[in-house]
This record gives sequence, structure tokens and C-alpha cells, in this order.
Amino acid sequence: MSENVKSPTWKEALLDPIIANNPIMIQILGICSSLAVTSSMSTAFVMGIAVCCVCSIANTAVSITRNYIPGSVRIIAQMTIIASLVILVDQVLKAFAYDLSKQLSVYVGLIITNCIVMGRTEGFALKYPPVPSFFDGLGNGLGYMLVLCLVATIREVFGSGTWFGMTIMPTVNNGGWYVPCGMMVMPPCAFFLIGCLIWLVKTFRKDLQEKPEYETHQEDF
Amino acid sequence: MLEHYLSLLVRSLFIENMALAFFLGMCTFLAVSKKVTTAAGLGAAVIMVQMLAVPVNNLINAYILRPDALVPGLDLSFLSFITYIGVIAALVQILEMFLDKYVPSLYSALGIFLPLITVNCVIFAGVSFMVQREYNFAESVVYAFGSGASWAIALILLAAIRERLKYADSPAGLRGIGLTFITSGLMAIGFLCFSGIQL
Repeated sequence: MSENVKSPTWKEALLDPIIANNPIMIQILGICSSLAVTSSMSTAFVMGIAVCCVCSIANTAVSITRNYIPGSVRIIAQMTIIASLVILVDQVLKAFAYDLSKQLSVYVGLIITNCIVMGRTEGFALKYPPVPSFFDGLGNGLGYMLVLCLVATIREVFGSGTWFGMTIMPTVNNGGWYVPCGMMVMPPCAFFLIGCLIWLVKTFRKDLQEKPEYETHQEDF
Repeated sequence: MLEHYLSLLVRSLFIENMALAFFLGMCTFLAVSKKVTTAAGLGAAVIMVQMLAVPVNNLINAYILRPDALVPGLDLSFLSFITYIGVIAALVQILEMFLDKYVPSLYSALGIFLPLITVNCVIFAGVSFMVQREYNFAESVVYAFGSGASWAIALILLAAIRERLKYADSPAGLRGIGLTFITSGLMAIGFLCFSGIQL
């Protein structure tokens, strides 16, 4: 059945989700982890790589098996594939970057329930052949990582004057001149930053703006 | 003894609020918070599933997965994620069939939300936190109720705010999801004030 559907080329599948159809900004998927791990650059970067790996491999695996999975059990089949991959990622992190895996705590496990992975296997990999699926997964992972790194950069540079742990602006406590903005390190700040990023994107892409439910400027003549 | 459980309950309800302190279940939190009635229905469903999933996974973890639990020398803890998600999916399915048969009014009220709860991170995170903090069975029941209810409270509060917010004259780009993000950020700051409480 899938032979009749025109499948996107690998380039479209890779590049489209990074900017034009970004999973966090435009599709509003995978918000939980993007809010929680962005207080420092290193956790955000590792989380981004982990999601890239899981998303691209899960997409490929689901796409290879798409013609053999009956529709009624597809959710649980996808869950099993994703959960196995996340276990792999978790074990690798524990073996090679133990401190980081402690900092990320439960959020590595939460990649299983990350809507980006599930949404892409369900929405893309079930319809298209393995090669575009791989690049679609990779593209979505990269798009996720881009936003994560952007938010983490703002929060770490202004919150503690460092980037990847390197000192950018020496803080007052260490004899420098920069007074850190405590607000940036606090968790709620991630909400404001992502909210403002969405505002920015929607200002330039008028087609994405939501219709008001209630017309405040209605004139009663 | 009672004090210990009370303190655990208050901590999981307010200080470690699932939605506003740990940012879990955000996708549903932002998407299903347009009306108070639907928010209350989803909140009830989450509490129900949470109270089943956390204690059951606690027993499975204690008697099967933990090192030396099943057979001495056997460590099955690497299977944890796949077991938890399987148990959650199965429990949601069973709960759905049970409600359909015995409490059809509740089943039709919860509607589409029940199957969606499988992929809600609140449940999975509740299980993960329970394992990480090594709660015993009684503690896990209290924690399950507290964490489920904390998410439900935050969801209903946000829905109530959003019902009024739709009459606000906000900038076109901020309308809808952008404003919801900023509102929940402000709510999270409000919940930060609980962080000093010790019981």
C-alpha cells in the first residue's frame, strides 16, 4: 500500500523538522524533558544526543517492521522497541558518563514517554520506507537538540556565567564583575524562555497564529 | 509513624509538584487545560492509574527485578524500563475494560483520556522516582496518591486560569500556547514558595 505514497527524499526528511517544522517550537512535542534538563549546557547536549539516537534508530526499526505489525498491537510494539533502545542508552551513559547520568536521573528513562519519539514512529515511520524514516528521526532529534542547546545556552551563560562549564563571564563570587541572574537557574525560567521563543517564531510565521476564541476588538455599531 | 506518611504526602503534593516543580506530563498539561471539566476528568484518571501503577511496580521491583530477589545472584534491574512501561500499558488496558463493564458512566466521562495515559510521563516518572528513592509498599501507595493528585491540582488550576485568559487581549503571536507557557511559569514561581516547608 505504501508504494503509491510519494515518500519524501532524505534531504527533505532531514532538514524540514530542524527549522520549518521544529518539534518543540511548532509541533509542541517533548516539552517535559526540554524544560527540566536545560539548566546547564552539558546535560542538555547529552540529552539531545540521546534523543537523536533513540529517535533515528526507533524510526528505522519501526519502519522495517511496519508491514508485519498488526494495527491493533502497534502501540505496544513501538513501546517495546523504544524501551529497549532507551535501556541501551541508559546503560551506555551509566558506563561512560556516570556523573551525567546521575544528574539526568529519571529523565533518561522518560525518553520512552517522550512524545517526539512516539509521535514520529506513529506519524512517519509507519508510512514510509526505512531510509527516509531514519533521516526524519535524525532531523527531529536534531531539531529538539537545537532548541535545547539554545535555551541551555541562555540559561547557563546568564545564570552562572559559564558555558559547558567554561567561564565566559567571571562572576562576583569568583572575583569577577558579573552578578549572576538567579532567576535563570530557577526552573520556571525555562517556561518563560520557551514561551518567548514560541512568540518569536509565531511573529514571523503568521500562518501558525491561533485564532482568538473571543473577539476583544469587536465594534458594536 | 503517621507523621512520616503525612510529611511524604505533603511533600509529594506541594513541594515536589509533578507538573510545576519537575515539569512532567507537560504535553497533556498544556494541551488538555482548556476547560475545567475536562481537566478534572483527566486529573481523576491520572490519580487512578497512578495509584495502581506505582504500588504494582513497587511489588514487581521488590520481588522480581531487584538483585538477588528472584534467584540469588540474578540481577534483572537492566530490564526495569521495559517492565515498567509494559505493566503501565497493561494496567491502563485492564482499567479501561473494568470501567467499561462495571462503571460505564465513568468510562464514557473519561473517554479518550484513558488510553492516552499510557504515554503520560507522570505515571512513568512516578514509578521511576519510587524506585530511585527506594520506597516500601506503604510509602509507595501514599506517594502514588500524592504525586497523582499534585498533577491533577496543577492541571485544574491552569484550566481555571485559561478559561478567564481567553478574554484577554494578548499579542497575536503569544495567543494560545505561548501565553499558556508563561502562565505556567508564573504558577511554578508560586509553587516555589512551598520549597522551604519542613514537616
